[in-house]
Amino acid sequence: MSARLIALAVAAAALASLPYWLIGDYYVNVASQILFYAIFALGLNILAGYAGLVSLGHAALFGITAYALAYTMQAGFGHPAAIVVALVVGMIAMAVFAMLSLRATGIGFIMITLALGEIVWGLAYRWISVTNGDNGINVHTRPTPFGLSLDSPVAFYYATLIVFAICVVAVALFVRSPLGAALMGTRDQPRRMNALGFHVWAIRFWACMFSGLLTAVSGVLFIYYTQFISPQTLELTSSAEVLLMVISGGAGTLLGPIVGSALVVIVKSVVSGYIERWNMLLGFIFVAIVILMPEGIVPGSVRLWRLAWRKMSAPPRPAAAEGKP
Amino acid sequence: MSALTISGLCKAFGGLHVTNEVNLDVAPGERRLIIGPNGAGKTTLFNLITGEIGPDKGSIYLFGEDITRVPSRRRPHLGMARTYQIITLFPHDTIIHNVSLALLGLLPARWNPLIDIKRQGHLIEDSRAALQRVGLADIAERPLAQTSYGERRRVEIAMALAQKPKVLLLDEPFAGLSIDERRDVHQCLMAIPRDVTIVMIEHNMDVALEFAERITLLHFGEVIVEGTRAEVVADPRTREVYLGH
Repeated sequence: MSARLIALAVAAAALASLPYWLIGDYYVNVASQILFYAIFALGLNILAGYAGLVSLGHAALFGITAYALAYTMQAGFGHPAAIVVALVVGMIAMAVFAMLSLRATGIGFIMITLALGEIVWGLAYRWISVTNGDNGINVHTRPTPFGLSLDSPVAFYYATLIVFAICVVAVALFVRSPLGAALMGTRDQPRRMNALGFHVWAIRFWACMFSGLLTAVSGVLFIYYTQFISPQTLELTSSAEVLLMVISGGAGTLLGPIVGSALVVIVKSVVSGYIERWNMLLGFIFVAIVILMPEGIVPGSVRLWRLAWRKMSAPPRPAAAEGKP
Repeated sequence: MSALTISGLCKAFGGLHVTNEVNLDVAPGERRLIIGPNGAGKTTLFNLITGEIGPDKGSIYLFGEDITRVPSRRRPHLGMARTYQIITLFPHDTIIHNVSLALLGLLPARWNPLIDIKRQGHLIEDSRAALQRVGLADIAERPLAQTSYGERRRVEIAMALAQKPKVLLLDEPFAGLSIDERRDVHQCLMAIPRDVTIVMIEHNMDVALEFAERITLLHFGEVIVEGTRAEVVADPRTREVYLGH
């Protein structure tokens, strides 16, 4: 436990001091991206990891939130109103998604969320009078909480870091709570949970809403970061990318989606500057993860580390035993 | 008033009448054994009683209250608990967490997203007490994956007992157990106080007969014979369809 606390303190210190040791606006921006995509991945992980419900429509929710914010700003409202509207619209969209897709689980759930995501993408692309189609909508300013400007990459990084920390704490609390335990129960034995007196559908619905809230929060950070939203953000590829973050890092773990987000964002934005075929590289990395640690980077590393530690600390065996394959 | 009353219960899957005009009346505190050959509709009857499937016709009463239309998830709250023939536990968790989930199912705290489940003293204590009753308190912290089949059977029973049911439905609690394990489970069941009514499906006649006071014999979804232990065992129809000699 104390080792865990030390690791947590080191990670917090590293993140808090990041702009001082990672010099350059570019890298600070990459760090901001990792953080808000990590919030997105944490949100999807509530469903894909803890509820056993894989969604391929989360990019649509992310996009709806961003569009809602951009649209409200365009209509002449201020940042606080725009943020509230964006979060509320994102949550309403999630509620609609949940009510339609929670009729099924497994493949059925994936297909319904996929279809809903495609519908929203189609709307964003074609409903030009609202979304401005392929040209997208610009958001010209960033908010100034407590009078602090978020225009500089470092200021935006710190704002993102604070929101990220709140989200991580919220997820950590949820996972150890009775509702979190009940959610994991509905993943492993839905029939038994029902027979024990739990309302399986309602538990899944609230899990969707929590997932939707995190997705909406990351959507707000995203639009303030890029200051632009277009249908591209809502594509199936975006949904799949976040799902890959969750699965590669380790679904159903707290740290997994964060590591997965770092992996995908770094390959996408940093490595792509050196390797033209970065998509292929990302593919190779995913294949390697699936082969070497199918449970994801975080649980996989823990397993390999324990294995190595046990081998190192085990007393030397007799030669006869060692000779065996 | 009866603990559990079933009247005219019917269920068909397509053309197959799995439950056909079944009537059952179980007195409070009674130990009722339900027997019947494979495919007689015993587990389906349990699924109907717990509401996991809905009947085509007929009614179910729990202490005089009509629960036919009550959703299955509400029935544990009314004092009904069951175990499964095929062990249905939470494989990634510890024994005590399994029992805690059973307790949590009846508590309003099950909706709480903020408190730490491992720090709820009363929940842990009650879970431990339930495990004590089935003799598993010593290995409460063990992951379920590291337990034997017989221990899992007892976890099933502990989860049902933890909910302090008024009516307990046991679906083949001795299935697949060794002689020693059977004795352990038998002891657990004998220790259950009389304020709990028990309905049990069981094939293992030497343990089950000793336990039951009244026996109902099902065959092709219908009640063929019902009566005291001696009556049912002596009945020629029992020998014909079930005992086979």
